[in-house]
Amino acid sequence: MAKRVLVKGNEAICMGALAAGCKFYFGYPITPQNDIPEYMSAHMPEVGGTFIQAESEVASINMLLGAAATGARAMTSSSSPGISLKQEGISYLCGSEVPGVVVNMSRSGPGLGGIHPSQGDYFQSTRGGGHGDYRVLVLAPSTAQENYDLTMLAFDLADKYRNPVMILGDALIGNIKEPVELKPYRRKIKPKDWALTGAHRRPRRIVKSLFLADGELTDHNWRLYKKYQRMAKETRFENYRADDAKLVLVAFGSVGRILKTSVDMLREKGLAVGLLRPITVYPFPHQAVQEAAERTGHLMVVELNTGQMVEDVRLAVEGRAPVDFYGRPPGSIPTPNELAKEVAKVWRKRGLQ
Amino acid sequence: MYFDVIFAGFGGQGVMLMGNMLSVAGMHAGKQITYMPVYGVEMRGGTANCTVVVSDRPVGSPVVHEPVCAVVMNRPSAEKFAPRVLKKGMVLVNASLVDPKYVKARTKKVIYVPCLELATEVGNPRLGNMIMLGALCQASGVLDVEQVVKALPKALDQRYHKMIPINTEALRRGGRFVAEL
Repeated sequence: MAKRVLVKGNEAICMGALAAGCKFYFGYPITPQNDIPEYMSAHMPEVGGTFIQAESEVASINMLLGAAATGARAMTSSSSPGISLKQEGISYLCGSEVPGVVVNMSRSGPGLGGIHPSQGDYFQSTRGGGHGDYRVLVLAPSTAQENYDLTMLAFDLADKYRNPVMILGDALIGNIKEPVELKPYRRKIKPKDWALTGAHRRPRRIVKSLFLADGELTDHNWRLYKKYQRMAKETRFENYRADDAKLVLVAFGSVGRILKTSVDMLREKGLAVGLLRPITVYPFPHQAVQEAAERTGHLMVVELNTGQMVEDVRLAVEGRAPVDFYGRPPGSIPTPNELAKEVAKVWRKRGLQ
Repeated sequence: MYFDVIFAGFGGQGVMLMGNMLSVAGMHAGKQITYMPVYGVEMRGGTANCTVVVSDRPVGSPVVHEPVCAVVMNRPSAEKFAPRVLKKGMVLVNASLVDPKYVKARTKKVIYVPCLELATEVGNPRLGNMIMLGALCQASGVLDVEQVVKALPKALDQRYHKMIPINTEALRRGGRFVAEL
């Protein structure tokens, strides 16, 4: 068995990144993700990599663009207000098809908001966030182990699709400490035949997002569109006691794991509830949600916001089943007992037995 | 096996270290662990608490509504967390700082530990948290005091390793205090 260490969620992200061969990190401090630049500043030099605390979030995302354009594995991280500042760069990464990993240990907003956990950045993460018609793969871990595993996966997916991949956590996922099994990274990193490595004895390569010739941008956008369609096969989710459930809950990240305990509590009282936890929120697990709707006819979404992912669930369900929602704005973390009560209310309202 | 505990007190009382130490020791004892810190923006003087869940199964919620156990190191923590402890649970109170009249709990099992006095007896009044952690292990049985002692080199940064002997003594003293009650 691989080595087990007790680490913070934020540190687990760094360990996954370094294991996956990340050689460049650019960041700017903001709570609740400061453990990431702190860890990277200490450990990046040990692997011969480069750590830079940039002068701003805008600078750090553009440094990522530059480093990744040379073919290196690179990462940046921030939290909600900082991620807003990075949106222009994320759009440029998508437009010029440069891979990179962007971590958002989100906090509460809008504006400067606060440092509480929140899932208020769901729309921004899954709908693009910057300008233009683009998509970003978004992974939503719920444990320190998943932080480690999914960060390694994020680098692979970024390279595979030549697209930025976002890791969407929150203050809870970043700050909890849990044992993490440091599984070694064994996949081979393929050479990049598009990267800017100096055009010595080979034709020149161009990485850009500006296309002015007649029809060029149309073709480029169609090609990107087809790529985003292909990403659908990366869909991942966890099915927690949902197979024989009469009411299926849908929740991601921190709330997803809190709900697992609520599901156990309700099961003990004889309420057949289960949970679908999207691990990729883009691509969203439409099919799994649709099947659950057809099988049970009863869905409920729980989020740490006033209603964002519930829209994706309703899109997936296409009216096949009513979708209830319980949301909570930032300021407190719901406990499993509180959520169990809300689920039980829906159970009774729908006359389930 | 399932156990959860909220450690609470002023920043600077070593509340987070107690949680960390229990977590590291629990991990090395082969348990599943989740440690969740909650603190304000202050370094010292503010209130701080952390929740630790120790289980044989993967941990779902890191957030606990009604804990099996609360360790309260000051009065605001006693007032906030003691009433939330399960009826079949237990409360450990830092008797050096908290007057019993502020402790209202549903459980009958309330243990008063004179942390400051016992730590002074061991030789360093700042070790009140280690006294308390030893007392918690002894009272709850979540881990053996010696399992925590064994984890000290892994839980403490290298630069504090010269403090391991006195921390060991404090953990054992806390455990003995409860055993002799």
